[in-house]
Amino acid sequence: MLGTMLGVGSFVAVLGLTASAGGQIDKRFTEIAATEVTVADIGVVGAADKAMSFPGDASDRVEAINGVVHAGRWWQVPLEDPTVSSALGLDSDSGDIQILAMDPSTIDATRPVLGLGRTFDAFHVGRHEKVALLGSVAAANLGITRLDGNPAVFIDGTPFTVLGIVDSNARMPELLFGVVIPAETALDLYGPPTEQRAGMLIETRVGAASVVADQVPLALRPNAPDLFQVTAAPEPKALQTKVGGDLDVLFLALASISLVIGAIGIANTTLVAVLERTHEIGLRRSLGAQPRHIAVQFLSESTVLGLLGGMIGAAVGIVVVVIAAVVQGWTPLLQTWAVAPAPAVGALIGLLAGAYPALRAARIEPVEALRR
Amino acid sequence: MDPVITLDDVGLTYPGPPPVRALYGVELEVQRGEYVGVVGPSGSGKSTFLNVVGLLDRPTHGTYLLDGVDVSTISERDRTALRGQRIGFVFQAFHLMPYRNAVENVALATLYAGVRRKARLAAARDALDRVGLAHRAHALTNMLSGGERQRVAIARAILHRPSLLLCDEPTGNLDSDNAAAVLTLLDQLHRDGMTIMVITHDSTVAARAERLVTIRDGALC
Ligand SMILES: Nc1ncnc2c1ncn2[C@@H]1O[C@H](COP(=O)(O)OP(=O)(O)OP(=O)(O)O)[C@@H](O)[C@H]1O
Ligand SMILES: [Mg+2]
Repeated sequence: MLGTMLGVGSFVAVLGLTASAGGQIDKRFTEIAATEVTVADIGVVGAADKAMSFPGDASDRVEAINGVVHAGRWWQVPLEDPTVSSALGLDSDSGDIQILAMDPSTIDATRPVLGLGRTFDAFHVGRHEKVALLGSVAAANLGITRLDGNPAVFIDGTPFTVLGIVDSNARMPELLFGVVIPAETALDLYGPPTEQRAGMLIETRVGAASVVADQVPLALRPNAPDLFQVTAAPEPKALQTKVGGDLDVLFLALASISLVIGAIGIANTTLVAVLERTHEIGLRRSLGAQPRHIAVQFLSESTVLGLLGGMIGAAVGIVVVVIAAVVQGWTPLLQTWAVAPAPAVGALIGLLAGAYPALRAARIEPVEALRR
Repeated sequence: MDPVITLDDVGLTYPGPPPVRALYGVELEVQRGEYVGVVGPSGSGKSTFLNVVGLLDRPTHGTYLLDGVDVSTISERDRTALRGQRIGFVFQAFHLMPYRNAVENVALATLYAGVRRKARLAAARDALDRVGLAHRAHALTNMLSGGERQRVAIARAILHRPSLLLCDEPTGNLDSDNAAAVLTLLDQLHRDGMTIMVITHDSTVAARAERLVTIRDGALC
């Protein structure tokens, strides 16, 4: 019975923990994804001269839409094989460092976590200052670990004062490998983007993404909304099921293993009981019990064992899930389908596990069983 | 004459290998109400004989009529059912269920005959009264003395009014006082008309029977 108890218990616990952990992941995914809208500049065929369809005040125009939190343009600065270094003349191995142009609100929309310093703001933008923000990986590659002494990065020899280092962000992981300079400065020095056209990143309030998406093109260019392709959040439900499903398969396999162990436990207990109670079997046979009566007796005993194991296991599992969730600060999530049939599952396992011992018991000859 | 048991040229050879001819050429008739003692030295075939008479084993030779029914040819299933209805066993080792009380142990006798629980328990109380243990009806059997346990076992054996009460060394595990009480009980049951067969190697037990049968090397003499 201990075996099934552990089996069913770990089954329920594992499913509950998976659900709770999965729910946690889902919650994060949902929250990030549901508040994101991206805009791509698709331009017009045959109008290559207009390399940037976003107006200069794109950020303000979109942020005026109800439900938008931050919105800004970004693009890859059109430089062929730029050299990026932390000191003039020192041509460090900078092949992997991307140079990105961004509006200040683009950076805000990525939900950055700043390791050091600060981001640039309207002041730097207005004065077209040569300032930069480094991704943590790029900063490490360049050997910049502190900001006291106002370090600079040199892009093809032009110095940019480093304002801050971004440790992580929620929406644009590639930013960590790059150097970010203000959009206006980039336009001044390097012109509008060429092959890789500009994009826009918008953070909305929860639930506003699709409504915002509908309004963005007209807000950007009332006379040419077709220049933009807007993508609202990926369907959060689909994402959830996929992630949840992957985890469930893994943990269901683990839980099944514990159930098998539980079944072996019951089979063993019942087999021992059969051997210990040979005299009782002999006595019952002498009183007229048919082999099937003996089989049914041991089967029902193992089924009851399984049932009890299932019930206790489910209770233990629930307690484990609740405690674990409280410790982790999660919302405990228990699927009814994992808990409700636990006693029945336990009973079924008891029944299956009891089959072989019951058969053995039924086959014991009364003459043998009564021999002293 | 009303024979309970009629054995005609009954024999049993264990298949082995090597084959053992444990019983052969047994001719015996036991009348209803008789009290028969079966004695013989160790290894003579007493247990084999008990197994055949008690329908626990099937003879390999001859015919056996129990209450006029030929039981040497019936199916395993029918033999089991008939055993439950017609034979009452009393074993040397009692074979009681330790964590059940006396009534429940006695009531077990008619469980497989399909008698309802209430009726079984009522009959069990009557049977305990017959063996003088009405006052111990609700005691757990592992709290009873050896003599009391054997009387509970006898109550269980007579619950369903069997044609034959078959006792295998019924006093083998008892001291002389308790043995005497059990033998007195058997005498009393005999007076009430019960057919009894006691298998023993104890001469004082055998002396209580009204007729003695001796087995030697697998044959009655
Ligand atoms: N299952 C068996 N297979 C083979 N031989 C057996 C088997 N059971 C008993 N025998 C043999 O049959 C003979 C009769 O055995 P049985 O047990 O009937 O003797 P018994 O009179 O009951 O002896 P005891 O007084 O010691 O109990 C013995 O020689 C015994 O070894
Ligand atoms: Mg013997």
